Amino acid sequence: MKAFTVLDGLVAPLDRPNVDTDAIIPKQFLKSILRSGFGPNLFDEWRYMDVGQPGMDNSGRPLNPNFVLNQPRYKGAQVLLTRENFGCGSSREHAPWAIEDYGFRALIGPSFADIFFNNCFKNGLLPIVLPAAEVDRLFKQVEAAPGFRLRIDLDAQTVATPDGQTLRFDVDPFRKECLLKGLDDIGLTLRHADHIREYEERRRATQPWLFG
Amino acid sequence: MPAKTLYDKLWDDHVVRVEDDGTALLYIDRHLVHEVTSPQAFEGLRLAGRQPWRVSSIVATADHNTPTDHWDRGIEDPVSRQQVETLDANIRAVGAKAYFPFKDARQGIVHVIGPENGATLPGMTVVCGDSHTSTHGAFGCLAHGIGTSEVEHVLATQCLLQKKMKAMLVRVEGPLGKGVTAKDVALAIIGHIGTAGGNGHAIEFAGSAIRGLSMEGRMTLCNMAIEAGARAGMVAVDDVTIEYVRGRTFAPKGPDWDRAVAHWRTLHSDAGAHFDRVVELDARRIAPQVTWGTSPEMVIDVNGAVPDPAAEKDPVKRNGMEKALAYMGLTPRTPIKDIRIDKVFIGSCTNSRIEDLRAAAAVLRGRSIAANVKLALAVPGSGLVKRQAEEEGLDKIFVAAGFEWRGPGCSMCLAMNADRLEPGERCASTSNRNFEGRQGPGGRTHLVSPAMAAAAAVAGRFADVRDVL
Ligand code: SF4
Repeated sequence: MKAFTVLDGLVAPLDRPNVDTDAIIPKQFLKSILRSGFGPNLFDEWRYMDVGQPGMDNSGRPLNPNFVLNQPRYKGAQVLLTRENFGCGSSREHAPWAIEDYGFRALIGPSFADIFFNNCFKNGLLPIVLPAAEVDRLFKQVEAAPGFRLRIDLDAQTVATPDGQTLRFDVDPFRKECLLKGLDDIGLTLRHADHIREYEERRRATQPWLFG
Repeated sequence: MPAKTLYDKLWDDHVVRVEDDGTALLYIDRHLVHEVTSPQAFEGLRLAGRQPWRVSSIVATADHNTPTDHWDRGIEDPVSRQQVETLDANIRAVGAKAYFPFKDARQGIVHVIGPENGATLPGMTVVCGDSHTSTHGAFGCLAHGIGTSEVEHVLATQCLLQKKMKAMLVRVEGPLGKGVTAKDVALAIIGHIGTAGGNGHAIEFAGSAIRGLSMEGRMTLCNMAIEAGARAGMVAVDDVTIEYVRGRTFAPKGPDWDRAVAHWRTLHSDAGAHFDRVVELDARRIAPQVTWGTSPEMVIDVNGAVPDPAAEKDPVKRNGMEKALAYMGLTPRTPIKDIRIDKVFIGSCTNSRIEDLRAAAAVLRGRSIAANVKLALAVPGSGLVKRQAEEEGLDKIFVAAGFEWRGPGCSMCLAMNADRLEPGERCASTSNRNFEGRQGPGGRTHLVSPAMAAAAAVAGRFADVRDVL
């Protein structure tokens, strides 16, 4: 997993609540057995005028000029500004895969759906929860100022705006550690293999029907 | 001992160890696997040179990509076929307690086959790379969806890294009215607390209305917990639970059964247990529900009308409503019963069990679908459900009414196979998500109960099932 330390990135705003993972990456792309290559189909139904299919050459497809990520000013954005309950719905990890593959490294919103939030951390993406009023202000600032960037420092847990404001955010210490170092948590868990075995033996004695 | 919630009990029973910051290593009893969210996990395991920790925890099936008709032709879409074949190969290489591949007599939707084979047992932790794993909480399980990285983590370690969620109690008291089902209760709850209402929580459903539900109804309810934002939903174990499990293929037998039942009887919240949030609903006030928008919280009584965004004060919500109505092709204040439909889908892990099919058939008996309904699908949740329905003659009722009687699978719930809506088509659907494009690009989904879907099929527009029962 890619480590995340400091990011100074262009911000793109996606101004709608309850963006679900079906919208982030539609089902037809879930047929892939790979982990990569989902970026061109991120928000496929909003982004293109035609219906996307796996294996299609996306470069020639008609773009929806009204979709925010198609506006030239947001090209190369690395921070996605979102509204409430982003990532709700299906547990598909293809959603953070697509977001990461597109080039985003961080998301900022007032709330994220639980499974999506968790999946981000497994893929080097940092989802940042800020109070709704602050998110709202960021939306206004992004829209008012082309080229609007934010500097995100994971270790310090801060988001710095161009006008010198510093917003603090919370992050789970374990997830922070893994993200800062790009750690594989399976390896970390397997250091406790003895504990898992002991637990298993205990339960095998008390609830043997679980081990049939 | 302090009073514990059901969630506390399930959690405490599965903690292997806890880090200082509260992150726990949680042991997983049952790992359900399907073809869409597992290939990258098996691949990751292989690339790291790791072995699965406990193969006997795995129960797998192919459901999302499999066709529901023309099984003789196999899976025609090559990309879908490759995904299903990848699961076949992975299970062949790794092993499993049970695998129900495409065309197997017991194949079906992963959340239907687990319970009906007794692979889901009270007191278990159950995970699957699928958000509707919350379904299994109906058995007094701690069950929730996980991402593919976590599928790999469970394969490799039999554990999940988890922080304890908050506990929410949703209590529904009173008798449910005629024609009002678990689906309506679920939608009413979501309408009340919102799709983000359960974020960060595990929900326990309780109250006399819940105790009065069959296991099928409880599964429908817990299935929809994720649409309320909660990864896990659960119901305490009672006689209904135990009688459902008794005698199923993988249920314990003999002395193990008695020991298991004694344990299962402890799986309820203690009197006075603390919940972080309590929500109460009066069952008598729940009418059949119909969603009008593109999020399950956009829901209203069948006798209501499409709301007017102009009346919404919150600008973010108003914007969301306007986008939803534009997508759904609906005008504010249109009565729900004036909305005409093009297709009907009865199926999905929410509503494809025998009781769901019986409820729909009861409405369809002696009636036909309206002329404007282009396609009506009845898709049993599993091969076993299908067989039982046919033994009861339900298939004949569906077919006589003009429905297509299909093979088991996810089908038009998410349209990964050939069953889908065309752009602009409007569907009365018993599934769980009315998201944009969920049932096909440009398709318009209205979530309802099986009986309401049947009533809509007959009327060609939404109708109050209570008028036809
Ligand atoms: S029926 Fe629908 S919601 Fe259920 S597992 Fe299948 S695709 Fe997911």
